[in-house]
Amino acid sequence: MDSLRAKIIPVTTILLGIVVAWYVLAVFMNAPFQRDLDRRGNVTSGTIEFIGKTLSQPKPIVPAPHQVAENVFENTFLRKITSNRSLVYHAGITLASTMMGFAFGTALGILIAVGIVHVLALDRSLMPWIIASQTIPILAIAPMIIVVLAAIGITGLLPKALISTYLSFFPVAVGMVKGLRSPEIMHLDLMHTYNASAWQTFWKLRVPASVPFLFASMKVAIAASLVGAIVGELPTGAVAGIGAKLLNASYFSNTIDMWAALVAGSVVALLLVGLVGFAGRIVDRSMGARPA
Amino acid sequence: MREASPAVVSASKLGLTFQTNDGPVQALSDVDLTISKGEFVSFIGPSGCGKTTFLRVIADLEKATAGTISVNGMTPEQARMKRAYGYVFQAAALYPWRTIERNVALPLEIIGMPNAEQAERIRRTLDLVNLTGFEKKYPWQLSGGMQQRASIARALAFDADLLLMDEPFGALDEIVRDHLNQQLLELWERTNKTICFVTHSIPEAVYLSTRIIVMSPRPGRVTDVIESTLPKERPLDIRETPEFLAIAARVRDGLRAGHSYDD
Amino acid sequence: MSGFKFSWQAIAAAVLLIGALFTLPIVEAGADAPAPSLLIAATIAALLFCAIVFDGSRLAAGVRACFLFVAAHLAVFMLMSEIAGKNGSARAAFFLLLAACWLLAWRCVTLLSSLRPANRTAKTALRLLIPAIFGAWILIIWEAVTRGAGIPFILLPPPSAIGARIANSLPVLAADVNQTIFKAVIAGYVLGCGAGFVTAILADRISFLRKGLLPIGNMVSALPIIGVAPIMVMWFGFGWESKAAVVVIMTFFPMLVNTVAGLQASGHMERDLMRTYASNYWQTLLKLRLPAAAPFIFNALKINSTLALIGAIVAEFFGTPVVGMGFRISTEVGRMNIDMVWAEIAVAALAGSVFYGVIALVERAATFWHPSVRGGRA
Repeated sequence: MDSLRAKIIPVTTILLGIVVAWYVLAVFMNAPFQRDLDRRGNVTSGTIEFIGKTLSQPKPIVPAPHQVAENVFENTFLRKITSNRSLVYHAGITLASTMMGFAFGTALGILIAVGIVHVLALDRSLMPWIIASQTIPILAIAPMIIVVLAAIGITGLLPKALISTYLSFFPVAVGMVKGLRSPEIMHLDLMHTYNASAWQTFWKLRVPASVPFLFASMKVAIAASLVGAIVGELPTGAVAGIGAKLLNASYFSNTIDMWAALVAGSVVALLLVGLVGFAGRIVDRSMGARPA
Repeated sequence: MREASPAVVSASKLGLTFQTNDGPVQALSDVDLTISKGEFVSFIGPSGCGKTTFLRVIADLEKATAGTISVNGMTPEQARMKRAYGYVFQAAALYPWRTIERNVALPLEIIGMPNAEQAERIRRTLDLVNLTGFEKKYPWQLSGGMQQRASIARALAFDADLLLMDEPFGALDEIVRDHLNQQLLELWERTNKTICFVTHSIPEAVYLSTRIIVMSPRPGRVTDVIESTLPKERPLDIRETPEFLAIAARVRDGLRAGHSYDD
Repeated sequence: MSGFKFSWQAIAAAVLLIGALFTLPIVEAGADAPAPSLLIAATIAALLFCAIVFDGSRLAAGVRACFLFVAAHLAVFMLMSEIAGKNGSARAAFFLLLAACWLLAWRCVTLLSSLRPANRTAKTALRLLIPAIFGAWILIIWEAVTRGAGIPFILLPPPSAIGARIANSLPVLAADVNQTIFKAVIAGYVLGCGAGFVTAILADRISFLRKGLLPIGNMVSALPIIGVAPIMVMWFGFGWESKAAVVVIMTFFPMLVNTVAGLQASGHMERDLMRTYASNYWQTLLKLRLPAAAPFIFNALKINSTLALIGAIVAEFFGTPVVGMGFRISTEVGRMNIDMVWAEIAVAALAGSVFYGVIALVERAATFWHPSVRGGRA
């Protein structure tokens, strides 16, 4: 109980501090425009009234937290899910390509890792490229994949999912190679003394040893996958999805919508990572329950 | 004879209780002990008997919760601020990014000693532990025994009169350990320092010490104090003499009497 | 013939070779082009046949690998020159021979991987050569398939066309690199990492701040922060400043989290040691905790090098003056100048690798003592 409180108090304090700073920033950044507006309308207002106005502009430079919260609430709970303005609708579109890309990416990553661990030639030739590719700004490729695939008639979920696949297979491949290689020499020697086949060693030793690594890298991969899906929605004037909403809002300087889309994306990210973490803990526990 | 020399460490009714998640643990209880200048005192006992904790209380790395303790007539904290002792840990704990000589220089840098004097000290202490010629090496380029010797040199660097050693040779193999024991005795004789030495090896304790403190766990306490009758001059084969074996047997009896292995 | 032993790659290559012989010629005879010469096809076939036989012989693995290397690459080179200028005219034999060459190159890599040279330079050379062959074959197959099958330029230009485009557009590429990397990325990277580092030191000193910031920092790492790009463009305008701002935000948290973790990384014994010296906070920080944190800090610097590039490029999708890598990518995609997009991506990849490589080199020099660096050398 104590440790929980010791964690929650500092975090909430800092978060409160951020909210307060945000309000101050909002007043400060929105003030010039409001002053301009007042002068043109020949309105004079007291300080409190003026601050109130800076925090309720329709298209402020910095929207106040409550404006964003209202927008998120309204577009999440009060709209029909099929409505074009519903955040749930947009998040759903992005979520679909994220999950598809994540599934492909994880499968591909595991496959590559298994190949690298078992085929020496692949290890020596492919592994350096996988590591090198981590240093490359892969996201730059996103617009091209979308447009090129659209040119040959592939549109919708798949191109975005491909970008997500591309982004999410690296962490899984690297993590799984590490995980499949994590058994100690002693354990491998033990399997050797049993004259176990490579297949048996794989299933009875390497796979269980790699599970924690798998879930750790899947957490990274699913976050990357979401980023891929969002960025994949940017370049084509896609009509739906969090990225599309972000882009549309930025065209029309609809700052509140922009922030709301960002909040929606963050919530989805936290849910996804939390879900993977939760699944990881369940698997861990079920494996830990075995007699060691 | 001991009463005549001034007390370096003096503890009375010393107690220390740790608050853990499973409730309080009494690491030390009612320890009365006086260590005089020039003594070589070993602390021996099973794990959890508080021997390391006692050393850490002397070093002001833990605070006693009952009783009193003084180091050189001061509180442990004052003694620490005056750099009254050198401490050798279970592992060498050398900084891998510093060469051996820079490691030995570390405490000297912290107390702000001038560079020229530092160089002289480093030369002298490395010579004392037979590491001359390895100044520019990095710790990871040396063997475990040499690393531990470097860490002893580091503890000796600012020439404190008290040397606290917490199982310094525990991680080394027996052949290296014998060798270092011999070197430690020589060093003790040459420098006339007071040494408090924690170990769980009976032969090591008997071979090195002028006095052996036998401790026992739950609560951590002193169960026996054995004065060594061995001469100051101790070749390695002294360990086969009946006198040595008799002391070792007394220590073993003391450990057994503490019911230390009943669970 | 008991002295011969064939690998599965060689057997498969032989099967492909026989298949190719039945589907000759390699390319379609065009209306105006001269009939394809059978001589070249015969030479390629002979080369591959020799390579297969050679591979099955009992010579040393190194010798066989060398021969396979030469034969496979010579054969594929002749194959490529045969298709040059005749895009889309490849027949089945072309692809069968290509596959046979590739299998033999794979066999070569397998042989090379099994070598255990005692010499250190040879070991290093091998460590570079094997992935180099792999990378080269990706380009070869890409080139051969796009040319052979006549894939439209708009979909996937062959690497040679991308290379030509890079060579022809150096000034444009240089201007883009200058705008995106030397202005936005470097400024944002230095500011973001610097701010993260200073905050980490503060958070380390004030434990309340640490307890509050660390969970937030960890959480932020999962968020699609890239989404702040349009907001930053709105606040700081279309210039490089807004991109630098995105980079600052993206690099701040990894630096913060890693540095805080690094400052906790020094061992208990080492910290106790400093305490026995009655060392003060700054002495402990400078002499123990910062050096011990260096591997973590460099890790953050490496992660951030990639994040910074991504942040700057993606932020340019949201609005920029008429220069910059992200701008170029998004506009050239719109104009269907795919080769220019690839050129820009190649440059971005190169820049990213160089950026990362420089930091990795500095890391090796600064944390030479760390087991991960030492172990890599020994």
